[in-house]
Amino acid sequence: MSKVLTKPQRCKQCGLCVAVCPKKAISFSSEINTAGYLFTVIDDEACIACGICYTTCPDGVYEIPGTK
Amino acid sequence: MAANANTNTNTSVKTKVNIKPRKVPALIDRPMSFCPGCGHGIIIRLIAECLEELGQDDNVIFGIGVGCSSLLGGGLETDRLHCSHGRAGAVCTAIKRVNPDNVVISYQGDGDAYSIGIGETTSAAYRNERFTTFVVNNTNYGMTGGQMSNTTMPGQKTTTSPDGRDCTTTGMPLRFPELVASQFDAAAYVARGSVSTPANINKTKTYIKKALEAQLSGEGYSVVEILSSCPTNWGMTAPDAMKHLDQAVTPHFPLGEFKTRANEQREVK
Ligand SMILES: Cc1ncc(C[n+]2csc(CCOP(=O)(O)OP(=O)(O)O)c2C)c(N)n1
Ligand code: SF4
Ligand code: SF4
Ligand code: SF4
Ligand SMILES: [Mg+2]
Repeated sequence: MSKVLTKPQRCKQCGLCVAVCPKKAISFSSEINTAGYLFTVIDDEACIACGICYTTCPDGVYEIPGTK
Repeated sequence: MAANANTNTNTSVKTKVNIKPRKVPALIDRPMSFCPGCGHGIIIRLIAECLEELGQDDNVIFGIGVGCSSLLGGGLETDRLHCSHGRAGAVCTAIKRVNPDNVVISYQGDGDAYSIGIGETTSAAYRNERFTTFVVNNTNYGMTGGQMSNTTMPGQKTTTSPDGRDCTTTGMPLRFPELVASQFDAAAYVARGSVSTPANINKTKTYIKKALEAQLSGEGYSVVEILSSCPTNWGMTAPDAMKHLDQAVTPHFPLGEFKTRANEQREVK
């Protein structure tokens, strides 16, 4: 499973998560979502599942499934 | 990150790295209509996380202010009353007195709580009402297009202070947590946080949790003001607005705990 799950339809392209990701693992899509925003895409290889994107996103885009 | 400890415990320790699961609480797991990058969305998630961790997400009643806080109505899945502008302090007084076993929260903006509602907000603190107030301070009336509020900073340009706020004629920014901590001895917990960085977000969550714990154990009134961004009316990108929050806003509004719960050391920031 991916380290980070996303709800791309909720993304508002604000860029807060992109600015704080310590691994620069977040970029924007080339297509838009139904609200008209580019949405975030995670580079799973680079991602360390630190959860900082979850902490920062105001729109509930992220979930870290974690180890259970 | 330790501050955000999730209640889920990891039973499997076979994998080398133990990764903490993080999931938006069901209470607010809905699309919200705040502007892109608005701090309101972070703050309500923190409140919902704390309610969930305290086992109170099914036992909470919100008094919601007028302003962009009103947008919570579309996302929050719980009992709530959308109060008349500024009156959440009075409304929550009644809700808590009638329902002492519920957790009662007023969620208000700076304009709502400190401008039009300064009487109700201050009176609830003065009477040591047993509910919790969260004030989202973005230094303006966000919803109506960025007018000056009682927390607008000296020199800050808003639509009603186009030349910058002149404090000699309009007063200095109000520091409500400091007022409560210095004047209302009975208050149980008073703090100010910020959502400018992940570290500040995590710290703010600890303040929110303590405020709710103080209410749960009947210690008295608790209030946390949270410095928040309004990228739309500040005319900035969301990341720039967070930098502005740290560099320009926080110097006027010191972060930290102004009154800790009984038996807790005051934390100096
Ligand atoms: C009685 C009354 N007066 C004025 C208004 C207009 N009004 C709506 S929201 C608002 C200010 C909200 O500012 P704040 O509480 O800081 O919330 P924000 O939108 O910044 O989060 C005002 C003046 C109103 N709705 N009702
Ligand atoms: S979990 Fe951490 S590393 Fe992975 S995308 Fe989010 S912020 Fe970046
Ligand atoms: S913080 Fe959330 S809404 Fe903003 S760009 Fe990242 S995923 Fe999208
Ligand atoms: S106007 Fe400001 S406070 Fe209101 S939703 Fe937009 S950014 Fe947030
Ligand atoms: Mg405001």
